[in-house]
Amino acid sequence: MEQVFKRPVSLKDVQTHFCPGCHHGTIHRLVADAMDFHGVQQETIGVASVGCSVFLYGYFDIDVVEAPHGRASAVATGVKRARPDRFVFTYQGDGDLAAIGTAEIIHAANRGEDITVVFVNNTTYGMTGGQMAPTTLVGQKTSTSPYGRDRKKDGSPIKMAELLAQLGGVAYSARVAVDSPKNLIQAKKVMREAFGYQAQGKGFSFVEVLSACPTNWGMTPLKANARVGEEMIPYFQLGIFKQEGNE
Amino acid sequence: MSKRLFVKGNEAAAMGALEAGCRYYFGYPITPQSDIPEYLSRELPGLGGEFIQAESEVASINMLLGASACGKRAMTSSSSPGISLKQEGISYMAGSELPGVIINISRSGPGLGGIDASQSDYFQSVKGGGHGGYHIPVLAPNSVQEMYDLTMHAFDLADLYRTPVMVLGDSVVGQMKEALVPNPRPQRELPEKDWAVRGKGGGEQRVVKSLFLGDGELEAHNWKLHAKYQVMKEKEVMYETYLADDAELLVTGFGSVSRIAQTAIAMAREEGLKVGLFRPITLFPFPEKALAEAGIRAGRVLVVELNCGQMVEDVRLAVNGKAEVGFYGRPPGAGSLPSPEELLDVIRKSCARI
Repeated sequence: MEQVFKRPVSLKDVQTHFCPGCHHGTIHRLVADAMDFHGVQQETIGVASVGCSVFLYGYFDIDVVEAPHGRASAVATGVKRARPDRFVFTYQGDGDLAAIGTAEIIHAANRGEDITVVFVNNTTYGMTGGQMAPTTLVGQKTSTSPYGRDRKKDGSPIKMAELLAQLGGVAYSARVAVDSPKNLIQAKKVMREAFGYQAQGKGFSFVEVLSACPTNWGMTPLKANARVGEEMIPYFQLGIFKQEGNE
Repeated sequence: MSKRLFVKGNEAAAMGALEAGCRYYFGYPITPQSDIPEYLSRELPGLGGEFIQAESEVASINMLLGASACGKRAMTSSSSPGISLKQEGISYMAGSELPGVIINISRSGPGLGGIDASQSDYFQSVKGGGHGGYHIPVLAPNSVQEMYDLTMHAFDLADLYRTPVMVLGDSVVGQMKEALVPNPRPQRELPEKDWAVRGKGGGEQRVVKSLFLGDGELEAHNWKLHAKYQVMKEKEVMYETYLADDAELLVTGFGSVSRIAQTAIAMAREEGLKVGLFRPITLFPFPEKALAEAGIRAGRVLVVELNCGQMVEDVRLAVNGKAEVGFYGRPPGAGSLPSPEELLDVIRKSCARI
């Protein structure tokens, strides 16, 4: 009998440390699938960030450089300039990319660095225990916004995929979710497309993935998964915001 | 034989980097070092290299981290406030055992301070600078020639010990013009970079990281780094002496101020005063043994610095009470560079007390 579904070869056959119901594992799978699809595993250098995604090298069977908090896009810039013949991606959370690393992501994108950035938005700082992130929704309670995010004091959740789409150096920018089969199928397609932009040397590509964090949201895996559709997607709308050559 | 050129210290450092095979530069403008990025932005594209004017010093040190992780010779340069911003990345590079060269044409502080020649970043440079209890080799040129030579040497040390290396100058050595003989890079046997990420290509996975969470891993890693520093202390110390053998007063200072001290010592010798100079060239590893020997032989050491007293602490540790240690400091600021005559006066007073 033909096996129709299997582990991507870019993914190691190990258990992850992620909490039950966390979407990181699914997103890792999508990234590995995109590497397999383009056949770039053996020539890929991944850049890990700080947070729950720091253990990238434990799960992807590729060479990895670990970046300081927020600096993955700058590290990836150095890697890609040194090895333009290699496939380079970063994998960053929302605190890492949209707070402490804002300058680095904006300028790497604006320079049009030929890299792919996978941005995991779960509206919270996962590893440090569920503090308010730049993507925390208005009214959302976290360990550092115990009365709920106040738009007047804390600002509004940042829409990175739309923001980066405005920059000249960006070839591809999209937001996807992995909370339903339909969204998952679209996410897989988008991830392959984004990686394809780099594989063809078309410039900077960005995929924001909405992700559940049951532990820090204080929800069961099922409720957390449902929240993605009920609360996140209405604000963080899914779509492809820029797709150079296909305007 | 190489011809003699007449160039600025900052340009000499950039030329030394190119001769050493550095093809990747990442930086951000700041006085008084901007000649370095300006020079390299002209030269690197023609050499097949990459020059990026980054969005910040934070980004540029991390671009250096990335290029270095690929096994390439890469560098950045800045000046004190910018070096403060780079400390995070330097700590990560030290932790990840990544080579790389950082040129610090330091200026005065604290805060925005000023752009005058200053040695107030001695502590920051030699005691670690960033978090986590590491050291990096620090080289202190006192001439345009040394800006060139020591930058080349810095790349070798970086590769040899898998560590960031700092070249610490100031506006005197960075901005002055002197004769330079652009010697070819030294041929030193260097280890293969079998740790660099390259895309597996069917080989073993390589990971460059500074996170160690397994039982005992981080302790072992720290001891490994410590052992490396001990080897540097044995093998990589550099210093220069001038009329030190029969000296009864040993003046010591590094970098720009050592040039002024040398002139003052020559003047003092004409007056019959037995004064000599000990100039540390490596500030880390500090030439503690050689300095202790020379200082104890003289009996009295005068430390001269362009700050309120930093290296003097390492001198006191080195002689360990076996020689008298005096200090003459000129904290930074316009017009505060001591003249040879002023230093001669300090030397006379120190000798009068013998």
